[in-house]
Amino acid sequence: MKVPNDLLYYKSHEWVKMEGDTALVGITDYAQNELGDLVYINLPNVGDELSRDDAFADVESVKAVSDVLSPLAGRVSEVNEELIDAPELINKNAYTAWIIRLKDLGDMDELMSAQEYEEFLKKEA
Amino acid sequence: MEKKTPLYDLHLALGGRMVPFAGFLLPVQYETGVIAEHKAVREASGLFDVSHMGELRISGKDALKNINMLLTNDFSDLDIGRVRYSPMCNASGGIVDDLIVYKFAQDDYLLVVNAANKDKDAAWVRSHLQGDAKMDDLSDSLAQLALQGPKSREILSRVADAEMFPTKYYSFAQDIPVAGVSCLLSRTGYTGELGYELYCAPRQAAELAEALLHAGRGLGLIPCGLGARDTLRLEAGMPLYGHEMSDEITPLEAGLANFVRMDKEEFIGKAALAEKGEPGIIRVGLRILDRGIARENSDVFADGIKIGQTTSGTLAPYINKAVAMALIGRDFSAPGTPVVIDVRGRKLPAEVVPLPFYQRPKGT
Repeated sequence: MKVPNDLLYYKSHEWVKMEGDTALVGITDYAQNELGDLVYINLPNVGDELSRDDAFADVESVKAVSDVLSPLAGRVSEVNEELIDAPELINKNAYTAWIIRLKDLGDMDELMSAQEYEEFLKKEA
Repeated sequence: MEKKTPLYDLHLALGGRMVPFAGFLLPVQYETGVIAEHKAVREASGLFDVSHMGELRISGKDALKNINMLLTNDFSDLDIGRVRYSPMCNASGGIVDDLIVYKFAQDDYLLVVNAANKDKDAAWVRSHLQGDAKMDDLSDSLAQLALQGPKSREILSRVADAEMFPTKYYSFAQDIPVAGVSCLLSRTGYTGELGYELYCAPRQAAELAEALLHAGRGLGLIPCGLGARDTLRLEAGMPLYGHEMSDEITPLEAGLANFVRMDKEEFIGKAALAEKGEPGIIRVGLRILDRGIARENSDVFADGIKIGQTTSGTLAPYINKAVAMALIGRDFSAPGTPVVIDVRGRKLPAEVVPLPFYQRPKGT
């Protein structure tokens, strides 16, 4: 399971990539692998205000639907519309297929480093 | 504690993702994923472990009489070597289970039942047997594999004598050596494709599975899990117990009237079904018209009024359309009827379409 070093992680298996004062958010390789083939994604609207743990998107595999939770507070400034027609991009590379960009970010106290997330995954297993 | 099927170690070796299902640990998918597995069955072939299915043998001089009393279909004219599908009803007309019956001899039958219902079925059958008939639960002494898809016959003929294969749909042959393993081979399945189901001794099941997978190399055969089994049956419009059928749902509501022989003298549930008459609700197919997927247990509306609920739903991988089955008011069951499905607060437009959603090309 890939866990790139330059990203931060959340307990519900989202990743965060800091870019200036914004953050890209997606789901981890572990999450996409658990979900299986993704066939549908429901995206939020630009401008949506999110608190930490808000479900901002849902991703559906052939078998199941799962909420994607926001790892930190912020406002949605961009959504990756490419995923609408090609949710399988998340299966192909979970770390390039970002879902939303957040700005006006809240605190990052709950985020884990790559090393911490790997430890977390071991405990979950 | 879940049971392991005889193929458990092979599933792990093949990268199966194991999940508990009906008391067994079975692969929901392999590394290939549900979509690839589903398409393999439509275009080439897939191998499923269905050893969890239950097998109940009913034998004795009065076996046929009992089967005709227990089941809604008519078995009086079933030939030896043939298979027939039937619901089994309770006294209120609800469905205890749906199953297939193999006829070995005039006094010897095998009922293949859903794993989740097996103990319930066994108790039900046992408590209703009359006269000279007995029931034996053979579930632990039979493994079952399903080889499904247009290439199944070709694959099977690489490890068995094609002259011996059952040719007619819903027929079977016994004691067929397949890669040296003695099998009951039947032309049955739950995918909507040409296919076979193979029953053998559990200790030889892994050997048989490996031989079939080997024989299928170069022909596109891959192992398939429960995920694809479910999407395949749904795309083919086949009902599943616990979804389209239950102890409360009657076979007439489930759209299984063809398998309910009201002209039969007597069967359990007949009086209740006759009294209920034409059912108020009926199983239909729905196609989602907007982006989005409906699952089971979503409310279905027409003209703003709730008319029923979805019972299964998915993105059907081969036709690449979001579809669902639902039990809705009969007045709204005509193909083309517009409906709305409430999917977690989203109102998805859909329309009633004929079942099945997918039908395999003729002559395959």
